[in-house]
Amino acid sequence: MTRIFCGLCQYRILPRCLGLKRRCHTTVLFFALYAYAIYYGRSAELASIGSRNHSAPCFRTFLIMPAIQSPGTEEIHPDVALVARAKEGDTAAFEQLVRQYERQIFRVAQHITQNREDAEDITQDAFLKAYEKLDQFQGNSKFSTWLVRIAVNESLMRLRKRKTSKTVSMDEDVQTEEGAIPRDFAEWRPNPEQLYNQAELGDILRKTIQGLPPGFRTVFTLRDIENLSTEETAEALGLSVPAVKSRLLRARLQLRERLSRYFRQPKEGQPV
Amino acid sequence: MTCTDFLSQLTDYFDGHISPELLEEVRAHTASCSHCEVVLDTTRKTISVYKDHEVYEISTEFRERLHAAIMAKCAQKSKSGCN
Repeated sequence: MTRIFCGLCQYRILPRCLGLKRRCHTTVLFFALYAYAIYYGRSAELASIGSRNHSAPCFRTFLIMPAIQSPGTEEIHPDVALVARAKEGDTAAFEQLVRQYERQIFRVAQHITQNREDAEDITQDAFLKAYEKLDQFQGNSKFSTWLVRIAVNESLMRLRKRKTSKTVSMDEDVQTEEGAIPRDFAEWRPNPEQLYNQAELGDILRKTIQGLPPGFRTVFTLRDIENLSTEETAEALGLSVPAVKSRLLRARLQLRERLSRYFRQPKEGQPV
Repeated sequence: MTCTDFLSQLTDYFDGHISPELLEEVRAHTASCSHCEVVLDTTRKTISVYKDHEVYEISTEFRERLHAAIMAKCAQKSKSGCN
C-alpha cells in the first residue's frame, strides 16, 4: 500500500480513521475545514487558503479525493442552452440570440467602418456566418465574444476593400503620439449633458470617435462601449492583454483631448 | 508618484485592477497635482459620456430585413437536411 507523507510534519497524510496518533495533524485539521467548506458551498475559497498555508503534497491529495470533491458551483451562461438548442436546429433559439446581440454587433461594425450600409451588411453577414459555423463554436469563449470576433474580422475586411491599395489592420496608425501626453487641462463644467441637447451631443460623440485610428477606435468600442473585459477584447482582436491596455489608454486620452474642444469650461469673458 | 507614473496607472485605475497601495498613491498625487486631477475627471467623463449615449442605433427596417434573412437561411438549411 502506498503511503504518502506530509511535507510539513513528515507524518502520514491520510489516516485510516480520524485518530490523530502519528498522523499529519495539519492535514486532519484541513480535512475537517474542507468538509465544512463543501457543506457551505465555499470549497473554492478554502482551496485558496489551504494552498497558501500547507505543503503542496498534502493539499493535492485532498483535491484528488473524489468523495470530497465539491460540485461545480460556476454559473452557466444562459446562452449555452440557446446555442445548444440552435445547434440541434431550433431556429427560435437562434433568433433569440440574434435579438440579444443585433444591437451590439451593429454598433461594433458601425464604429469600425463608420458607414451605416457597411455596418448593416456586416451585421447580417456575421449572424449568417455564425449560423453556418455554429457547429465549430466549442464554447471555450462566450458566444457573444465569438460573435464580436466574427463582426470585427468582417469589418476590418470591409475597410481593407474600401482602401484597396492600403492595408488596414489593428496595427494601423497606432504609432501616433497624439493624446499620449495630455495637453488640455481645462475642467469640463458644466457637464456635457448640461451643455448640449441629445442630438448635438450625439453629433459631437460620433464626429470625435470617427477621428480615432481604427486600432484605437475598435479597442475603445469593445472595452468601454460594449463592456467586454480586457481579456475578451484581446481574444476578439487577436491582441495581447498589454497591447489592449496600452491602446485603451491612448484611445481614452485622445478622445478626452478631442472632446475637450467642445466640453471645456470657457475662460472668463468668453461666450459659452 | 510622478505625472508619468500616474498616466501609466490610469487604465488599471478605471478598471478597478489597482492595488490598495497604488490607489492611495494615485489619490495622493491627484490631490496635489491639479493637471492630473483634471485628466482623471475628464477621462472618467469621456468614458461615461460614450457609455451613456447610444451613438449608433439600429433601424427598425434593418432589424426586419435581418430577421427575414436569418429565417430564410434557417429554412434553406432545414430543407437541405443539415439540421
